[in-house]
Amino acid sequence: MPEKIIAFESKTVLLPVDNIDTDQIIPARFLKTISKDGLGDQLFFDWRYEADGSPKADFVLNTEAAKGCAVLVAGDNFGCGSSREHAPWALTQFGFKAIISTSFADIFRNNSLKNGLLPIIVPKEAHEKLLGAPSTVKVDLEARTLTLEDGTSVEFPIDDFSRMCLLEGIDELGFILKHEEQIAAYEARRDSTLDTRALA
Amino acid sequence: MTTPRTIIQKLWDAHVVAEPSGAPALLFIDLHLVHEVTSPQAFAGLRARGLKVRRPDLTLGTCDHSTPTTPRELPIIDPIARAQVEQFEKNCTEFGIPHFGFQSERQGIVHVIGPENGVTQPGMTVVCGDSHTATHGAFGALAFGIGTSEVEMVLATQCLPQRKSKSFAVHVNGALKSGVTAKDIILALIARIGVGGGTGCVFEFTGSTIRALSMEERMTVCNMSIEGGARAGLVAPDDTTYEFLAGKPLAPKGADWDRAVARWRTLPTDGGAAYDKEISIDAAALEPMITFGTNPGQGIGISQPIPDPGGVADAVERETLRKALQYMGLEAGKPLLGQPINVVFIGSCTNSRMSDLRAAAEVLKGRKVNENVRVMVVPGSQPIKKQAEAEGLHEIFKAAGAEWREAGCSMCIAMNGDQLKPGEYSVSTSNRNFEGRQGKGGRTFLASPLTAAASALTGKVTDIRTILG
Repeated sequence: MPEKIIAFESKTVLLPVDNIDTDQIIPARFLKTISKDGLGDQLFFDWRYEADGSPKADFVLNTEAAKGCAVLVAGDNFGCGSSREHAPWALTQFGFKAIISTSFADIFRNNSLKNGLLPIIVPKEAHEKLLGAPSTVKVDLEARTLTLEDGTSVEFPIDDFSRMCLLEGIDELGFILKHEEQIAAYEARRDSTLDTRALA
Repeated sequence: MTTPRTIIQKLWDAHVVAEPSGAPALLFIDLHLVHEVTSPQAFAGLRARGLKVRRPDLTLGTCDHSTPTTPRELPIIDPIARAQVEQFEKNCTEFGIPHFGFQSERQGIVHVIGPENGVTQPGMTVVCGDSHTATHGAFGALAFGIGTSEVEMVLATQCLPQRKSKSFAVHVNGALKSGVTAKDIILALIARIGVGGGTGCVFEFTGSTIRALSMEERMTVCNMSIEGGARAGLVAPDDTTYEFLAGKPLAPKGADWDRAVARWRTLPTDGGAAYDKEISIDAAALEPMITFGTNPGQGIGISQPIPDPGGVADAVERETLRKALQYMGLEAGKPLLGQPINVVFIGSCTNSRMSDLRAAAEVLKGRKVNENVRVMVVPGSQPIKKQAEAEGLHEIFKAAGAEWREAGCSMCIAMNGDQLKPGEYSVSTSNRNFEGRQGKGGRTFLASPLTAAASALTGKVTDIRTILG
């Protein structure tokens, strides 16, 4: 069950790089796990650690200022590439509740919304302001607004259903299961030539 | 008159189970492919809720990602990978899902085995916890990658809540020149629109060039739709599609076949149907493509110089390009041709099918690969491996000095021990050149099997046209 998100305030941490892919968010070699545990430690692993395992002092997530930040501001098209849900799992386990960008890759965005991680799309001007320097922002999911440190506020797009699921901690599988009757009716009217896969 | 519809709209309309108010539509899934990496947490979720797999008959599993490509009589050395493969087989058995396990003669890359067995068919919705599921769109199916939460939903209900994507027509016309392949078409598209260019969209590839492509080539094109940001990409079915499917093990037979073909013939986009976006590509103007950077959109014609960040106006974009060149150890303005390489990888769900292996073998036949280069040839499935061996391709590869391995994702994702060492360069027929994708610190140039084979011979990034002569 995803954690509910309603409203919160947080300092931001900045990663001003476009097209950050999910291989950077969590490298593939950590995908051999069969659980969801411990992925926060592997977040941005190859950007965070030297070959000998020591933290890279100049990487933003290793800095003192990043501690306790729940909002990451990144470049355009965040989360492109692989469909691995390990990416939002790692981000939330590290402590992030929201990612701000001008755009998100479709699969990453879907995966995030199912894990209590809010993808916030902002216009270019607000994005440039946010990338200027770390700041404190307020997220209000109920009102669909992001308030910047200078007091200006932007509305961000999120569909009603995803918003309701996040606000109320609703689980989508439970929602689908309520449609048993419609699913059975669809199966009954479906063309039987689509059912030829009884594998020996 | 009814409103003309695109194939994308027709596929959507045919699969809507319910349209609950205030929620996305529920879409029925005709084929769910599962593999070892993105499914264990979904099966764990089913167990925790006491749920069954609703339609094991519409589900098919194989192991590929963390599966070694070393001889099958050897055990899986990595204990974590071994545990994952074993858990996968256990999950499939427990939930009654047909699957091709590690030792199966039908094991292979998930996007290779669907078409190979005839389970991927026109008019279907196909999902898999893997972003390259778009590959199956080559058959005129709506096929897209999903996350593990969605894998659990499909296992439990055979449905997914979905919002309709925009339609994006990619018209490709003209005859490809010698040395230019399907891979070059898709790399050229992505270089033009960028890795986020298709976000929120489904591509429909149309035009004379696409019609002239074989099914395997269409799969290569659709496979990399996600690299252009589109979750799905497809080609309307035609006689090429039906000829490919006829007689495949799990394709419809007899009267069922006739009925299926009649249904498939209604799928192509109606004349006059409107798309949300469109782009045209002149195939005759293309040259072999290669990537120079750390995302698949950073690609150039192989004879072109490496782009200069200095010419980029946007600050973040400029920094992104500068960072990519720094990682790649390349200098702006210089040619990529002649760049020394360490490894050539021929394989992956993009380019590991018979036509890819035949094309590479044709180049390598009677020649030797450069002594400084490790060349790996990894067939997409065990049946492909068997077929290639029946044609003697493995002898050509081995005689040239290349490795001939077992089927799997291998160095495309470097989860199974097949990987670049830090700093090494590869020319790879796979689909992603992200930092560390082929091994931590490794540097990838994406290209076609022809370019990969040509570069294997010289040990440098090489224009296949100089070898074809």
